[in-house]
Amino acid sequence: MSHAAVPLTRRAFGQTLRPDAWWVQPVVVFLALGGFIVYATWAALQNAHYEFGPYLSPFYSPVLFGDSPHAVFGPKPSAWPGWLPFSPALLILPFPALFRFTCYYYRGAYYKAFWADPPSCSVGEPRSNYRGENSFPLILQNVHRYFMYIALVFIVILGYDAVKAMWFTDAATGAKEFGIGVGTLVLVINVVLLAGYTLGCHSLRHIVGGYVDRLSGAPVRRISYQCVSCLNRGHMRWAWPSLFWVAFADVYVRLCSMGIWTDFRLI
Amino acid sequence: MTQATFSIWRGDSGGGALVDYETEVSEGMVVLDAVHQIQAEKANDLAVRWNCKAGKCGSCSAEVNGMPKLMCMTRIDELDLSKPVTIEPMRAFPSLRDLVTDVSWNFRVKKKIKQFTPRPPDAPDGSWRMQQSDVDRVQEFRKCIECFLCQDVCHVLRDHHKHEEFIGPRFLVYAAALEMHPLDVADRVDELKQAHGIGYCNITKCCTKVCPEHITITDNAIIPLKERVVDRHYDPVAKLVRLFRRTAGQETSGRA
Repeated sequence: MSHAAVPLTRRAFGQTLRPDAWWVQPVVVFLALGGFIVYATWAALQNAHYEFGPYLSPFYSPVLFGDSPHAVFGPKPSAWPGWLPFSPALLILPFPALFRFTCYYYRGAYYKAFWADPPSCSVGEPRSNYRGENSFPLILQNVHRYFMYIALVFIVILGYDAVKAMWFTDAATGAKEFGIGVGTLVLVINVVLLAGYTLGCHSLRHIVGGYVDRLSGAPVRRISYQCVSCLNRGHMRWAWPSLFWVAFADVYVRLCSMGIWTDFRLI
Repeated sequence: MTQATFSIWRGDSGGGALVDYETEVSEGMVVLDAVHQIQAEKANDLAVRWNCKAGKCGSCSAEVNGMPKLMCMTRIDELDLSKPVTIEPMRAFPSLRDLVTDVSWNFRVKKKIKQFTPRPPDAPDGSWRMQQSDVDRVQEFRKCIECFLCQDVCHVLRDHHKHEEFIGPRFLVYAAALEMHPLDVADRVDELKQAHGIGYCNITKCCTKVCPEHITITDNAIIPLKERVVDRHYDPVAKLVRLFRRTAGQETSGRA
């Protein structure tokens, strides 16, 4: 059959024949991620109310420098520039934030919600030029695995915080005693959700076994690959609850510290 | 029987428009049945490509209500018939006539991908041995029926027309099926980065969403290939490890 090549026509921004409410999902993602970024930035800049009893807000853990008894290396370094606001959270939050920013799931979600690239499947885009992740700046997304390594360390640290949140100081004697408060549960759930998200990472899946074509000869590698693949199948379902819960954990510790909420001891 | 309106794109390489056709639909009908009914009753010259009517040949790909779908697998009772149902040809490919598009670009792209290259046979009779668990991963990719709905919905092709620089999700799945095959020894990583343009994929997962065979295109094919490209081109530590292994290998062979 002979035919002339027909130039493909571009659709205008938002143009589609889809009759469904395709815009709902990107709007929800925009509001949820945008809300989290605004809250996390505000909370990180507060440099106050990030601990209560044995609880430490995950936004501030580990406290590298600061006035808190949790501080690993003591008070704020004297060399810290006076014009730069200081908060222990600012030293550590960029790492988990960049782990999420470069995450394969979130990339797909925020490219749609924040850049409309595309706004939704088979919906017209606002820009005609496109470079994708082929060139700067989005080529930098390829560093994801390095932030994953750091995120794994954070899981260990937050697990340690959750264990510490089970040891309360007796106000009268000063002795440590085992206990479980609502805050303990909040921090335990937080580390479980973050571990489910981090251990289902696409890069981790590749590193534990995805890079080889024959897993049958390496049973440990095969089982690791299967476990990570299992979590990876629900990566989105871990991504959102873990994001909300880490913010909620900060809210919980903050409001308890401010005396607005009361932390109930269960045991 | 219910009366329904179908807005079907009529035109050719010179252009076209949506034309409304009313027809009766009944329980159990799919969109392709309605198109055939319209073809028989009202538009004998309506061009539509189809073959198996069972979702296995991948011929009747089109856009139903704006979403890429197989017409033979889209049930009428899933659609809102209070409004006209739109049926358009795939927008990522040049129109030939009515619902038929020229998908030959896909076959040209397929030829560019390095073919299956097995390692030397494992047994004297020229046969190979492999574990089922090793081929499980690539068997998912073999379900592809080449309907090209994933190519159609991919915004890199559909909206940005990067046909010369990007092979599209279908052929990333094809490359993954070869690259991850336990017997294959060919190396396609450099081509994936350069000629096949894997970096253009920005993981919208639209291809996975429209796949009628439910292949997890993005998570199981594209992202693992992207990670292999990262290993080779963007991970300095992996580069150092490879260099160390190569050097150690040379020393060992030198001693031998």
